[in-house]
Amino acid sequence: MRRSWRTWAPGLILLLPSMVLIGIFVYGLIVANVQTSLTDQHTRVGPGNWAGLENYRTLFGDEDFRYGLRNLLYYTLAFLAGTLLIGFVWAWLLERGLWGEGFFRAVYLFPMAVSFIASGVVWRWLLNSAEGDRATGLNRGFDSLHLGFLSNEWWSNERWGILAIAVPAVWQLAGYVMALFLAGFRGIPEELREAARMDGASEWKLYRHVIFPQLSPVALSAIIIVGHMSLKVFDLIVAIAGDTNYTTKVPAIDLWTEYSRGDYAISSAIGTVLLVIVAVLIVPYLVYTFRQERRR
Amino acid sequence: MTTETLPDVPKTHTPVRRHKSGSIISLILRYALLVFFLFVVLIPAYVLFITSFKGPGDATPSRAWLFPQEWTTDGWKSAWDTLSPALWRTFAMVIPASIISAVIGSLNGFVLSRWRFPGADIVFTLILFGMFIPYQAVLVPLVSLMGDLQIDKGVPSLIVLHVVYGIPITTLIFRNYYSSVPQDLVEAARVDGAGMLRTYGWIFLPLSAPAFVVVLIWQFTSAWNDYLFALFFSSSRNGPVTISLKFLASGQLQDYSASMAGALIASVPTLIVYVVLGRWFVGGLMAGSVKG
Repeated sequence: MRRSWRTWAPGLILLLPSMVLIGIFVYGLIVANVQTSLTDQHTRVGPGNWAGLENYRTLFGDEDFRYGLRNLLYYTLAFLAGTLLIGFVWAWLLERGLWGEGFFRAVYLFPMAVSFIASGVVWRWLLNSAEGDRATGLNRGFDSLHLGFLSNEWWSNERWGILAIAVPAVWQLAGYVMALFLAGFRGIPEELREAARMDGASEWKLYRHVIFPQLSPVALSAIIIVGHMSLKVFDLIVAIAGDTNYTTKVPAIDLWTEYSRGDYAISSAIGTVLLVIVAVLIVPYLVYTFRQERRR
Repeated sequence: MTTETLPDVPKTHTPVRRHKSGSIISLILRYALLVFFLFVVLIPAYVLFITSFKGPGDATPSRAWLFPQEWTTDGWKSAWDTLSPALWRTFAMVIPASIISAVIGSLNGFVLSRWRFPGADIVFTLILFGMFIPYQAVLVPLVSLMGDLQIDKGVPSLIVLHVVYGIPITTLIFRNYYSSVPQDLVEAARVDGAGMLRTYGWIFLPLSAPAFVVVLIWQFTSAWNDYLFALFFSSSRNGPVTISLKFLASGQLQDYSASMAGALIASVPTLIVYVVLGRWFVGGLMAGSVKG
């Protein structure tokens, strides 16, 4: 395995530009961002003076910011539950193969090709909060289907409004999770099913004890991917509810507001908070995959 | 594809039949559910389509879900007028960005899988982390950095950003793809005295077409659909189509037919890519997630 440096050095040189770019644009900027967040630079022009954790104290002492964090948590849980459940059901319905499978798969997956800004246009209409005679969108649809009890004020609700934003998010990414699970189902060797059937396992038991456990790595990937997307949610909220709406605010929206106002210190502190939240999810996963790779 | 059902019949009679009758009911149930979900998924597409052809006469809420009384293309015309300049800018941004990303990803993936150096795994993991960071965590200093580098806002800035922040995902896809090329080929080339670039050019590049397609599709769609970078690094005068569409959709008048036509126009390129190259698209999604 040990080769002379003459052999591997060209590889390192070829990779060097990318390493420098990532070093500056990812790690360098993270450091710069944390630095700014520790100053009192509440303007566009710096540098500010050292302020320690003052900005973080301000943020976590602010009820509105905590409300945004709470919204982010609710949104993430709903988004994860929705995409995993629906994606899994779709994959399960399709996994044994049936006529027209490709068509169903393509339709379920197509929302993923559309930007959140474009889908936000139609979901803004669908999730219109007007009820009764003035109702349009889903509320009107529910009324005409005699399902009027389902109509509600969607994202205008102060307690649960953020969950309305998870509806289009699930619509957009359930197909992706389906594709992940489908690949997982197809990766299970046929012999395993045969063996279980030979042992007299019923179809349900076969799934419950043989097939589903095999899918847990796929579920983990899906949680990581959808989870980190969810924590970055911004476009969709801006497109549906706008960037000044209170009931749907999350830290990323606060960051944009503070940034537009010119408060660099607070906005970089919000950025750092988001980074920490994502890192808590991602770093263990990266360490785990890194170890897996090594074992090979 | 044709007749392969006959030979297996004799083995076990009753279980097969019971299994079959059971599976017919379950088949009907599966189709019913699949069709139900199909309609649910297509609701937004239906609304986009009919609303985009509506005129002022259809504004009353009671006609919200119905076909237009009179089909008009006014919405499409006004959407096109607002979006078309941005549409060309988006192409001018997305095409170079995806090609440059793919080339860089290919070289990186090759080095990290088949021309490794000590510590390559750690470097790879560090690069990979760049894929997961919320860009919000770097946006504030990024604006200053891009200003210091004197890169113009609009298309040039966005190309640079999509290339740089595309490095992790493109590297990952190519690295996974090249991992399936036997190391023996590399050794053989080495014995023949081929250096790194020759090994890449002669052995790896000719095999790379599928991975290139996947990466190009991935970068094309993510750059096309990006809004966050566009918001910070362009305006409706020099920005991509997402910015103009947002501008169109949040106007004071709430012209739904124009904004829905606009949403369809802005989605056409990625939808075409998706329909034409759908299989690759799914492949790209897989490569970006389930590893190994």
